Amino acid sequence: MNNFHVAIIGGGVIGSAIARELSKYKIKVIVFEKGSDVASGASKANSGVVHSGINSAEFSLKARFCVEGNKMFQHLADELNFPLQWVGKFVIAKNDEEINKLERLKNVGIKNGVTGLEIIRGTELKKKEPYISCVSALWVPTAGITLPYQFTIILAENSIENDVKFLLETKVKGLIKKRDHFLIETNKGNFQSDIVINAAGLNCREIVSMIEEPDFDVYPCRGEYLVLDKNYSSVINSMIYPIPVAEHGVLGIHITPTIEGNILLGPSAEYIDNPNDKKTTMEKMNIIFSEAKEIIPLISKKAVINAYAGIRCKLSPPESYKPADYIIEESKKTPGLINLLGIESPGLTAAPAIAKEVSFIVSKSIELKQKNKFKSKRNKRRRFSQMSTKEQSALIKKDNRWGRIVCRCEHITEAEVIKALSNPLESQTLSSVKYRCRAGMGRCQGGFCTQHIVRIMENNFNLDIKNMKLKSPDSKLFYGRVRGKKGD
Amino acid sequence: MIEKTVDVAVIGGGPAGLASAISAKESGAKEVIVLDRNSWFGGILPQCIHDGFGLEETGLFMTGPEYAEKYINEAEKIGVKLLNETMVINFNKKKEIKTVNKKDIYKIKAKAIVLAMGCREKTRWNVMIPGDRPSGIYTAGVAQALINLYNIIPGRNVLILGSGDVGLIMARRLKLEGANVLGVVEILPYPSGLPRNVVQCLEDYDIPLLLKHTVKSIEGNGRLKQVTVSEVNEKMVPISGTEKRIECDTLLLSVGLNPENELSKLAGIKIDYRTGGPIVNQDFETTISGVFACGNCLQVYDNVDFLSMDAKRAGKNAAMYIYYQKNGKNIQKKTKRTILHITPGNGIRYVIPQHISKSGDIQLNFRIKKPSGLSHLRVSSREKKIFEKELRCTNPANIIKVSVPIAKATAIKTLEVKLNGR
Repeated sequence: MNNFHVAIIGGGVIGSAIARELSKYKIKVIVFEKGSDVASGASKANSGVVHSGINSAEFSLKARFCVEGNKMFQHLADELNFPLQWVGKFVIAKNDEEINKLERLKNVGIKNGVTGLEIIRGTELKKKEPYISCVSALWVPTAGITLPYQFTIILAENSIENDVKFLLETKVKGLIKKRDHFLIETNKGNFQSDIVINAAGLNCREIVSMIEEPDFDVYPCRGEYLVLDKNYSSVINSMIYPIPVAEHGVLGIHITPTIEGNILLGPSAEYIDNPNDKKTTMEKMNIIFSEAKEIIPLISKKAVINAYAGIRCKLSPPESYKPADYIIEESKKTPGLINLLGIESPGLTAAPAIAKEVSFIVSKSIELKQKNKFKSKRNKRRRFSQMSTKEQSALIKKDNRWGRIVCRCEHITEAEVIKALSNPLESQTLSSVKYRCRAGMGRCQGGFCTQHIVRIMENNFNLDIKNMKLKSPDSKLFYGRVRGKKGD
Repeated sequence: MIEKTVDVAVIGGGPAGLASAISAKESGAKEVIVLDRNSWFGGILPQCIHDGFGLEETGLFMTGPEYAEKYINEAEKIGVKLLNETMVINFNKKKEIKTVNKKDIYKIKAKAIVLAMGCREKTRWNVMIPGDRPSGIYTAGVAQALINLYNIIPGRNVLILGSGDVGLIMARRLKLEGANVLGVVEILPYPSGLPRNVVQCLEDYDIPLLLKHTVKSIEGNGRLKQVTVSEVNEKMVPISGTEKRIECDTLLLSVGLNPENELSKLAGIKIDYRTGGPIVNQDFETTISGVFACGNCLQVYDNVDFLSMDAKRAGKNAAMYIYYQKNGKNIQKKTKRTILHITPGNGIRYVIPQHISKSGDIQLNFRIKKPSGLSHLRVSSREKKIFEKELRCTNPANIIKVSVPIAKATAIKTLEVKLNGR
């Protein structure tokens, strides 16, 4: 039956974290995601930073959920085996004027409950980060990095193991409040649910407006990134941030190491009209590169292997000096509708804490009884390239598909691609393979592996050439056969 | 793990790998093994179904698959061991190779190694094209593989960026398959592919070539919808106001090739930033003794025939290296003493070899920077002329070969190759 206790709109990191939290209880939960995979929006296009909480205003929800979420990450990573590294971050002051700003950041951090903050001299920093020059720096040991898309995917997949239903390529078209439940209209049919959680990210206002007059506006703010080749992985050990820029409530162009060894430069901050406009621009690419090069003169444009943009969901207009806070509450006009509005950075960090909060709100109207058999653990996915020769050899003997490398840059095997395509979300796009096992993410950007993955999709999964997609429902890869085969 | 000892291990089973392996075997190397990550041998050739291969080398006019077959048959006939679906993970200075296939992990100890990893296509991000990230953007080589090897048509309304040879050939190929080829856009004031391909692939099919233009932005949320093309100035910067929007569902990129040398770098081989390939001497020996390089991982060739001819020399030298190691270490030491560095001077993009360790007639391979009608080539050492030649109608797409006599004179330390246009 299409009846649920809780329906979550949006399979980003917030929706997936809530789904995972609610999957601990004896209730029926469904998630609607309009993209072809979870983490299709801002959840995949960000810095992948687990923030400490020094950058959020005192007493704000952002600060509260960021600090709380940060403390939950290690436990989650131990349970679910997603990549997490506490590399720490340095906020650098380039001149004496900026040193005062470091002090201010440190004080806000302390008030927000961030521990271990320390201001060090530029000479001390040089010992840890030989390529960085500055007068002094704020050391933030509780900042970490993760892979935001994998974190989201793993939360979603673990929810499915605990009986949450995920529907991909499912767009909510209408929301009607009946006496004691909601009727949800989608392109995949109608559903009923007692509670609706609006975790639609940039589309949160569109969802609200289906049922009531929204009393807020969304201001999309685009951030562009550049990705550097792994060859540059040794240029930094920790994240390097400038003093946050005063306007827009953003952190400024920073340099972030990733778990995989690539370096991220960015993001820019630009208010745009169209929330779907994820274009990168030459102008911003140049600015990002030159600002990053000011911090690390060593980097070269030749090292860029990719560029992308993500859109922040801001509730404050560009001219506002004070950044808006998150809104996380049950609608006053429509009981049962729980809204999560304006969840921008540090949303990734805050996700586990927000999920707890939402679960608490849900518990006020639905009794939440613990499941007896909640599967909290997920085995670590094994990566061929990270195994010892002995392990590799043993695996190949067990299943010879481990011996066929299909992604030359990242050394991903056929077995890993097949495993990625067999995911419980049943997401079978080129990107869903890429985000699960990294095939196609290296320096050749799919030049070698695309054809091999397409063959695997065809032979092992019976996918039709004409239905293969890059990442979204309308991103078809091919137009068919050159010469007709029988049945084509 | 399987351990194995061979005389010569060749990394890469494309035309260069096959040619070098055959030549090493014929020159006396006992066990010669070729490792290739694909399921087939011949590298890119099986997808090059157009003809024109082998003319310079054999006088025969062959297609890519035919040319590859000839080499594969010859290799098998003389007992070269071919190992497909086998990916080399790394190798070291001791010439131990770690490689993997569906059978197991192998540790192969080789007396000499020939590098023949080929090259890879530059991507959208290597040339920094901003915009959306829709589907429908392929490198020309990937599109060629899709059509010719996998029977897949990537799109219907196609624009091609870059007039490299693969791009030109794909313009014709797609046209022949009924696609609407809207044109080829080239940032330079002249086409970067071979002149014969411009005539046979574009002019013969009325496909427009837009010189001094580039793709400025890409649009499309799912599949590609349109691109913005713009004229560029002398500094190759788009001129604002010249933008044209072209609706298309497919953009093919033929914007250059990068020699593939991740393995070489990992092993500590020095790379020439000009060629993107290993620095070699006249024997194609890299900066690790006993490791030789040939084919497109050494330099991106214009023509497979010349590539094979050079690769044969590299293979032979690998066999000779083993012979000298066994029989006459002294001979080798002596020939290695004089080191002469070659620098590309005026008008020259790069020269191979980058250094010379013996006297005699030495073949230099080089590329010029810009097309030129008539120019004067001069090879000199400290302004002292060693060799000169008139060059007619030279093109950066072509590799130019000259044979230069190097005297025993130890006074020579550097050699400059330069061009004086007229």
